[in-house]
Amino acid sequence: MTLLDIRGLTVRTADGRTLVDDLSLTLGPGERLGVIGESGSGKSLTTLAVLGLLPEGMTATGSVELAGTQIVGATEKRLTTVRGRDAAIVFQEPLTALDPLMRVGRQLAEPLRGKRRLTGGALKRAVAEALEQVRLPEPDRIARAFPHEISGGQRQRVALAMALACEPKLLIADEPTTALDVSVQAEMLALIDTLVREREMAVLFVSHDLAVVAKVTDRALVMKDGRAVEEGTVERLVRAPREEYTKALVTSARRLESALDLRSAP
Amino acid sequence: MTPVLETRALETTTPVLELDDVALSYRGSAAPVVRDVSLTVRAGHSLALVGESGAGKTTLLRLLLGLARPTAGTVRFDGEPLALRDREQMRRFRRGVQCVFQDPYSSLDPRRRVGAIVAEPLRSLGIADRRTAAPKVAEALERVGLPADAARRYPHEFSGGQRQRIAIARATVCEPRVLLADEPVSALDVTTRVKIVDLLAELKQERGLTLVMVSHDLSVVASLCERTAVLERGGVVEQGDTARVLGDPAHPYTRRLVDSVPRLPG
Ligand SMILES: Nc1ncnc2c1ncn2[C@@H]1O[C@H](COP(=O)(O)OP(=O)(O)OP(=O)(O)O)[C@@H](O)[C@H]1O
Ligand SMILES: Nc1ncnc2c1ncn2[C@@H]1O[C@H](COP(=O)(O)OP(=O)(O)OP(=O)(O)O)[C@@H](O)[C@H]1O
Ligand SMILES: [Mg+2]
Ligand SMILES: [Mg+2]
Repeated sequence: MTLLDIRGLTVRTADGRTLVDDLSLTLGPGERLGVIGESGSGKSLTTLAVLGLLPEGMTATGSVELAGTQIVGATEKRLTTVRGRDAAIVFQEPLTALDPLMRVGRQLAEPLRGKRRLTGGALKRAVAEALEQVRLPEPDRIARAFPHEISGGQRQRVALAMALACEPKLLIADEPTTALDVSVQAEMLALIDTLVREREMAVLFVSHDLAVVAKVTDRALVMKDGRAVEEGTVERLVRAPREEYTKALVTSARRLESALDLRSAP
Repeated sequence: MTPVLETRALETTTPVLELDDVALSYRGSAAPVVRDVSLTVRAGHSLALVGESGAGKTTLLRLLLGLARPTAGTVRFDGEPLALRDREQMRRFRRGVQCVFQDPYSSLDPRRRVGAIVAEPLRSLGIADRRTAAPKVAEALERVGLPADAARRYPHEFSGGQRQRIAIARATVCEPRVLLADEPVSALDVTTRVKIVDLLAELKQERGLTLVMVSHDLSVVASLCERTAVLERGGVVEQGDTARVLGDPAHPYTRRLVDSVPRLPG
């Protein structure tokens, strides 16, 4: 059985520009897929289309089946039942996902209350645990803070905690570690890896960093100009890239990496 | 990429920006979020701030920009204490210092077209009017790899990485002496990231730009900044030549950071 089946997904703007072009991919329960690609290549729009969250004025055609529900053309009512339960998303820009006027703890409590039917003290403890799980220090202070009163990387971890609290069948993570230093990033990737295994969640993991993708998924899809240009194991994509863009990606990654070979410098 | 190695004539120029033993406590919080921080930014010696998420990097940039006032210590610009009421100094400051904020989306006015947003520093500094700004804006957008018609659109019509590049275009359009940039390349895929690194290196070389950059990407730090300061929990644990700090870390936290950098498989 497939959990997510995208066939011929095309996303267009009101004025007729094609932003995602005939994209297909499938994901079984518990499976993981990385999506990498050029800035502006359509990665975020693809993830938004999975939950029927495309910006106003954009239209999707083709088919997106999520846990048996056809998302393309679905009513808002139908979509509400799917969001959170079948798939939850960590948005690329956490500030756009968090309500600026609501304390972080209350926002995080919502999925926990809904999913685990917790109230009162038990709910409060669950919120603190969820914050600790993503390695946030002083969980009590952070729970009481408004989104603008915590750091960029702390906000990103709150967004991750919220998506995980939904215990979805599919976790969609759009660049979930860009605001984290490499050591906290390593811990978050390990956390995602463990939870996903324990809960048999599937993952669609968008990242611009091949080395990061490699920590979470074996398989990745490369996007460029709205199209999927290449798919394969991360290992193979790095060792023997076929497409022009994938080649450039690997060369650039190597070039950046080499700047860190300082120990051998004279 | 060749890492920048030497730091020549360190003592000969007056510091452009300086933090002298500063601390900052937020209202209501007991412990200061940064304390005992002394940093010196000299023309031509770009400085990187690295460290754990929540360590206080953004806070230090806000202090350098005069957006937050230290609860102890002094912030200096061109050797004089930063005084928001000194209009002559503020004029010089705004002319010489530009910034790129960590969350690109919230730093771009959603109601204005990208062309007007990028032109803003030129207009407010009286460098150009509506007509003479246009070619400069077009050039700035082109340098960051955005299409010319980007100027006519609104920020929400762009991807995360494109918005980050709009912020870079805005901050570099008026050729500042100093650019304070908070995670300026975090949303960029590596091929685009390399282009932006090249652009910043060129601005350093040819226009004498001095960078103060927060980045989790240590390869970018090694490629662009002569000096690096490492922060942990609000304090600087070590600082010095980038090649030394990252190549031969003295502090265990720095060592852990360098060891956590994800590497490409194979
Ligand atoms: N609301 C919108 N209206 C018009 N065009 C849009 C809109 N949102 C995105 N686009 C365009 O669609 C394309 C794909 O955007 P998307 O956000 O999916 O890119 P991405 O691959 O996630 O890039 P990044 O890595 O920079 O986040 C981009 O060229 C972008 O300019
Ligand atoms: N307005 C505020 N009130 C209280 N505490 C705050 C406020 N803004 C930030 N903080 C706290 O100050 C600390 C330093 O935050 P800062 O944003 O400087 O971190 P950072 O090093 O930039 O982290 P990141 O890499 O995650 O962006 C964090 O623990 C944060 O929660
Ligand atoms: Mg995106
Ligand atoms: Mg920050």
